[in-house]
Amino acid sequence: MKKLNLFYLSFLAIVIVLFYIFVDNQFYKSILIYIMINAINASMLNILFGYTGVISLGQAAFYGIGAYTTGILTVHFGCNPLLTILIGILIASFVAFLVGYPTLKLHGHYLAMATLGFGMILYIFFNEFSNYTGGPSGLVGIPKLSLFGFGLDNEDKFYVFISIYFFIFSILLELFDKSYMSYKLKFIKESEFASKSFGVNVSRVKLIVFVLVAAVTSLTGSIFAFYSGFISPVSFNLKYSIDIFIMATVGGLGSIVGGTLGATMLTAFPELITNFEDYEMIIYGTLLLIIIMFFPQGIAGIFKKFWGRYVKS
Amino acid sequence: MKKFFTIAFLLCASYLFAEIKVGALLALTGPASILGLPEKQTLEMMVEEINKNGGINGHKINLIVYDTQSIDDEARKKFIRLVQKDEVKIVLGPTTSGESLAIKDLALQYKIPVISMASSDRIVNPINKYVFKVAPSDDHAVQTIYSYLSANKKVKVALLTVQNGYGDSGRASLLKEAKNFGIEIVADEKYLDTDKDMTSHLSKIAAKKPDAVICWGVGPAPAIIAKNFMQLKLNAQLVMSHGVASAKFIELAKDAANGIILPAGRMIVADQLPANDKYKAILLPYIKDYEGRYKTPVSTFGGHAYDAIQIVQQSIKMGGDDLASNIEKIRGYVGTYGTFNFSETDHNGLSKDAFVMVKIDNMKWKLLK
Repeated sequence: MKKLNLFYLSFLAIVIVLFYIFVDNQFYKSILIYIMINAINASMLNILFGYTGVISLGQAAFYGIGAYTTGILTVHFGCNPLLTILIGILIASFVAFLVGYPTLKLHGHYLAMATLGFGMILYIFFNEFSNYTGGPSGLVGIPKLSLFGFGLDNEDKFYVFISIYFFIFSILLELFDKSYMSYKLKFIKESEFASKSFGVNVSRVKLIVFVLVAAVTSLTGSIFAFYSGFISPVSFNLKYSIDIFIMATVGGLGSIVGGTLGATMLTAFPELITNFEDYEMIIYGTLLLIIIMFFPQGIAGIFKKFWGRYVKS
Repeated sequence: MKKFFTIAFLLCASYLFAEIKVGALLALTGPASILGLPEKQTLEMMVEEINKNGGINGHKINLIVYDTQSIDDEARKKFIRLVQKDEVKIVLGPTTSGESLAIKDLALQYKIPVISMASSDRIVNPINKYVFKVAPSDDHAVQTIYSYLSANKKVKVALLTVQNGYGDSGRASLLKEAKNFGIEIVADEKYLDTDKDMTSHLSKIAAKKPDAVICWGVGPAPAIIAKNFMQLKLNAQLVMSHGVASAKFIELAKDAANGIILPAGRMIVADQLPANDKYKAILLPYIKDYEGRYKTPVSTFGGHAYDAIQIVQQSIKMGGDDLASNIEKIRGYVGTYGTFNFSETDHNGLSKDAFVMVKIDNMKWKLLK
């Protein structure tokens, strides 16, 4: 059993706290909130694809299930916000089970197509179920979350909340990475036949991981709905699935910091280069190309190469 | 004493050279980019002209434009950026209805007025003190179409609407207004604006034998519908929404555009208006400036940007910091789309007269009636 990467965790904590103390501008805080949300989604996909080798292009759908469950139940039925998060997780897990059971028998491109199709179906569902979802023009008026009497009604307060969530998530992720489970998943990725011969119940493990990842993604979706106050199907379409896929890939597949690094880079970078207007897309595309071509291990790979002793994955 | 003068001078200077920061959220890429580009060009042209003439009350305008990529969530991010990082006083746009709805709550939270260029009624209804819109409502467009159709005895109508905020709100209006005009809706189809072929939708509609087909969409998809419509040789009148009132549409649909009728602002038929029309005097100089500068034909969406910046100008001229209340006091502003009469209960200010019916004839716009 390897030791926990305490350097990385304390580094995260320090950055989050310093940012809160020294940055007053709510714009930068909102960017960091988006980074943390994307980081969680990308990290979950990383576990699915980078560790287990199960490709999924339908993660935005689970994210959407969480967001819409919360949105619909609070707006139309006035449910307790925390309860809606729980219901979202249950629905997402159930749907993940139904989808995962038959499709996880597929591999590679076939699995990618199946999950992509699932994502599209959910996207159409969000559009068409317009009596409740508000259809393409979106669902307005999701109340702000309040916890133990504290209303999370502005960026500052929400920042604190999501930081705590993100930090707990990072610790759990780190614990997972150093656990027996992560080796089992990597073994499945290396060779399903070999792991089967060692007595690993491959299809069961894959299904459990798929359902767990869907549950966490749904939880994040609910939190996003509370943060945004407005959701529309565009936020949960194929583009978002691909965005988090790129984040995980650029950050570094199979490395526990990969999702966070990729999300930080790909969420913050477009904001930095917005001032270049027409050249924005060219710069962004070139950067992606360079990373994928020369650093197939992603940003985490670059770190490992130069500062290997600090960021052992 | 010397110190006093220095400070006084600096204060005067800072007052004289102070800029007014105006933000704009426009869909410059993505499906709505046909709308966003003329809006950006118009804003840049107008701001340059205002600054050349000494600005507003001596203050120059500093225009900051961000691309929302036609994505609702992106508009939200960029709005916070404009308000918090760039500290703008007022925001023009967003281009599309979904984006406008996404930032509606934020406008109230940060108390920054937003002048949306999108058409959905939900932007100003329920009313939000800080959210205005300059594009006419779908109801107005639908009423114009229906009164034309019922006058021409075309009462069996099929709908083909796009699945986004624009199509959704248009569809709601079309369904709502139908019985007021004695229109019977025989088909109600929807499409995605990324669809590349609409023959299946249109074949379904053809089976119902409608007198007219109303397509409600923006971007390249309506042009595909027009082409498929011609290929299938449907025996019905094809009606489009005001969302296609740009030369780009004719360019994309080519000769399939001929014979299509649509409600549109007066902008595209300005030269055919009678000489005493009060809008003609505003439209012609704008068209001349725009076409002279960008060498492309005007579209009505640029007109929204024109109206928006004029309203900003008027509200700043009234003085004071409460621009939202100032806009509510604007009455009788003659814009490109009609006469705006804002009030505390009406944040759109336009009436049905914003639209005229236009026919595409020989790949040119022609004023009907």
